[in-house]
Amino acid sequence: MTTDNTLLALRGVDKVFPGVKALNGVDFTLRKGEIHALLGENGAGKSTLIKVMTGVYRRDGGQIVLADDEISPANTGEAQNLGISTVYQEVNLLPNLSVAQNLYLGREPMRFGLIHWRKMNRDARELLAGYDLDIDVTAPLTTYSVAIQQLIAIARGVAMSAKVLILDEPTASLDADEVASLFNIMRELRDKGIGIVFVTHFLDQVYAVCDRITILRNGTLVGEYDAATLTQQQLVSHMLGKELEKAVHEKVDHAEEQNREKLLEVHSASSDVLQPLNVSVCAGQVVGLAGLLGSGRTELCRLVFGLDAVKEGEVKLSGNPIKFTNTRQAVLAGMGLCPEDRKRDGIFGPMSIRENMIMALQNKRGWWRYIPMKKQRELAEHYVKALRIATSDIEKPINQLSGGNQQKVILARWLASEPHLLLLDEPTRGIDVGAHAEIIQLIRKLCEDGLGLLVASSELEELVEFADKVVVMRDRRKVAEVSGSDISQQNIMQAIAGQ
Amino acid sequence: MLHKKFLPLYVTSLLFALLFLAGSIQFENFGTLRVFMNLFTDNAFLIIVAIGMTFVILSGGIDLSVGSTIALSGVIIGVLLEAGWHPLPAFAVVLVLGTLFGAVMGAIIHYYQLQPFIVTLAGMFFARGLSSVISEESIPIMHEFYDDVAMFGFELPGGAWLGSSTIIALTVLVLAVMLANFTRFGGRVYGLGGDTHSAALMGVPIARTTIAVYALSSFLAALAGIVFSFYTFSGYSLAAVGVELDAIAAVVIGGTLLTGGYGYVVGTLFGVLIMGVVQTYISFDGTLSSWWTKIVIGLLLFIFIAMQRFLVRR
Ligand SMILES: Nc1ncnc2c1ncn2[C@@H]1O[C@H](COP(=O)(O)OP(=O)(O)OP(=O)(O)O)[C@@H](O)[C@H]1O
Ligand SMILES: [Mg+2]
Repeated sequence: MTTDNTLLALRGVDKVFPGVKALNGVDFTLRKGEIHALLGENGAGKSTLIKVMTGVYRRDGGQIVLADDEISPANTGEAQNLGISTVYQEVNLLPNLSVAQNLYLGREPMRFGLIHWRKMNRDARELLAGYDLDIDVTAPLTTYSVAIQQLIAIARGVAMSAKVLILDEPTASLDADEVASLFNIMRELRDKGIGIVFVTHFLDQVYAVCDRITILRNGTLVGEYDAATLTQQQLVSHMLGKELEKAVHEKVDHAEEQNREKLLEVHSASSDVLQPLNVSVCAGQVVGLAGLLGSGRTELCRLVFGLDAVKEGEVKLSGNPIKFTNTRQAVLAGMGLCPEDRKRDGIFGPMSIRENMIMALQNKRGWWRYIPMKKQRELAEHYVKALRIATSDIEKPINQLSGGNQQKVILARWLASEPHLLLLDEPTRGIDVGAHAEIIQLIRKLCEDGLGLLVASSELEELVEFADKVVVMRDRRKVAEVSGSDISQQNIMQAIAGQ
Repeated sequence: MLHKKFLPLYVTSLLFALLFLAGSIQFENFGTLRVFMNLFTDNAFLIIVAIGMTFVILSGGIDLSVGSTIALSGVIIGVLLEAGWHPLPAFAVVLVLGTLFGAVMGAIIHYYQLQPFIVTLAGMFFARGLSSVISEESIPIMHEFYDDVAMFGFELPGGAWLGSSTIIALTVLVLAVMLANFTRFGGRVYGLGGDTHSAALMGVPIARTTIAVYALSSFLAALAGIVFSFYTFSGYSLAAVGVELDAIAAVVIGGTLLTGGYGYVVGTLFGVLIMGVVQTYISFDGTLSSWWTKIVIGLLLFIFIAMQRFLVRR
């Protein structure tokens, strides 16, 4: 192995947070012109490693060498000036600025010493066209969905990358086409000699684009491997430190569905953004919602939960037509909605894991019927264990957890609220393979107790694994329903593509 | 192009036009260029401080020290002129000191992670206290140069007057619009107000930007102090009490969101003009107590904040 094409090298890097040793003597080497996967369970230290490299956190030990020079960037701006551009795990853009401004903040095209707006907007449109995104770049960022925001963040990072490009779970809310075009762009950059660090929990994506793999576990380095020689099974056992067991389950088939109690019935209901459609969920059933981004999955969840008004038709819960004017009524009626965008709609940053978890349950009971502290603790301890949330204790502020672990807390919040019908919008976004399997088991178990579930997901594999029925959406209407043993990735894919 | 994001700007400018129109219909001599220009002449110093305040509020902060800074500037000028200085070097001293004062407050806010409210409140007491220590009495300003500047201006049709303070205020306005919307610094200020954490991760130099914003605000407050001394021909430690609140009100009525990130400098101009037109209306009427100005502005503020909540919620 030659060392002369080493671009960025970390040696023995340590990072300590109060109570946690997030990184313990980690080595990491990125070569010129390679795509390097950085893998590990939720809380393994991937994002922390990235933040140490890019100056968001100051390292507590070790060395970082960029092309022969030791560097210690003090903030992201400095790292950018050194040629390291980063797309962080949560979409970190500015909601109040226009799309174009977000793309070019800090390096706006200038003319006569002033920002050249027309050129900036034109460049922005061209840049996004490379991602098949044709949107109004002068509109504020908030007008767009998480997925589009994520693409914009990627486009910004890619356009700025000079030597090193770091992508922390960029594909978490993208669909297959967008992932494919991102991969093409990544390969182009690689061929130009840029080193790319790629963090993901989708193992097939690792094999699709990556040349080498570095695995972390509990803040320590497990090893560095060639993607070509490491099997997926080996990869998973390196990550988890044990083999992964897969659960199999019996699907509720169509005949049986007729006998069960209907929990949710959507009768040719439409909203401002949805065409009239029919969907039903019965007790103990998991109904999956598949479809591309913007196909109307999130909108359907919002309609059922009463966030968007029903225009025509009706929505019935346990046989009673519903008309919610606020979400509390929906929660009281026995529903829960775990939203897609945890950063905006989900977490209460400085509050503890326990407080975040009991929030929905407490809200449902009314704030005057306080849940005893002992019960709160039990509940929190239970879910921390059940969902394998990596934390030293349940009183830790949620914003000190890793991204995937925050997602688990939000999921626990809704599971703990004892709903009859739970709507999950991309519930496993950013969750690692190990926890993924356990969450699916947990969901199955809840269903046996009579819970009905509506799960929107862009991961077909996961839908196939746990759904009894899959509703396929396209262009804001329902285009197909696949159930029982017909559920396969191929069938769903065909329905999405409209063949 | 009518863009949604300019909506608050349309509302404010329309409101100003309506108020001006209402006055013109009701009173003879109201709807003249002269009255219109007097709005600028009377409020030039407020326009200047409010523009500084706009940057602070856009960045997600607040600056309560500006009123005291105006008074302190006046007092320092008074003392220096008494000591035989020419006004021009005295202005330079005041502007430099003002800028430094703001920079220090910005640095404290950033490096100690303190609330801007508290830090600038302390700054307010400090500056006011210092002015009183320097001189409790009002110091009269007498200098030829002052007379010349105060007299300087252009006669417009209908007996209207474009005076030196108006010219300064309009120059500041134009430069501020360019700074806010046509420079990288402006983008950073908006970014800071939108989401500080994200802005940091996008490479915005938070420390430098925060310090610059407060330095700018205090610089403009010092400049407003100079303009203010052209009206009063004196430096007085109790001058301009509460001006910081008028400035904040003008910014909010001008459509800038108090939580930062949204708004325009031009809106602030209309905010000041609206407050001015209400005052003019009341003085034309002659029977209403001047306190009505405060009541009307209070109501307007309330309406605007309610409207903003609605716009944000949407
Ligand atoms: N700001 C912080 N304060 C305290 N602890 C933190 C902080 N950030 C991260 N940690 C802890 O450091 C550990 C590593 O977190 P990190 O975010 O690097 O994980 P990750 O590998 O990126 O996981 P994920 O796949 O869930 O994103 C976790 O135990 C987390 O709780
Ligand atoms: Mg992470």
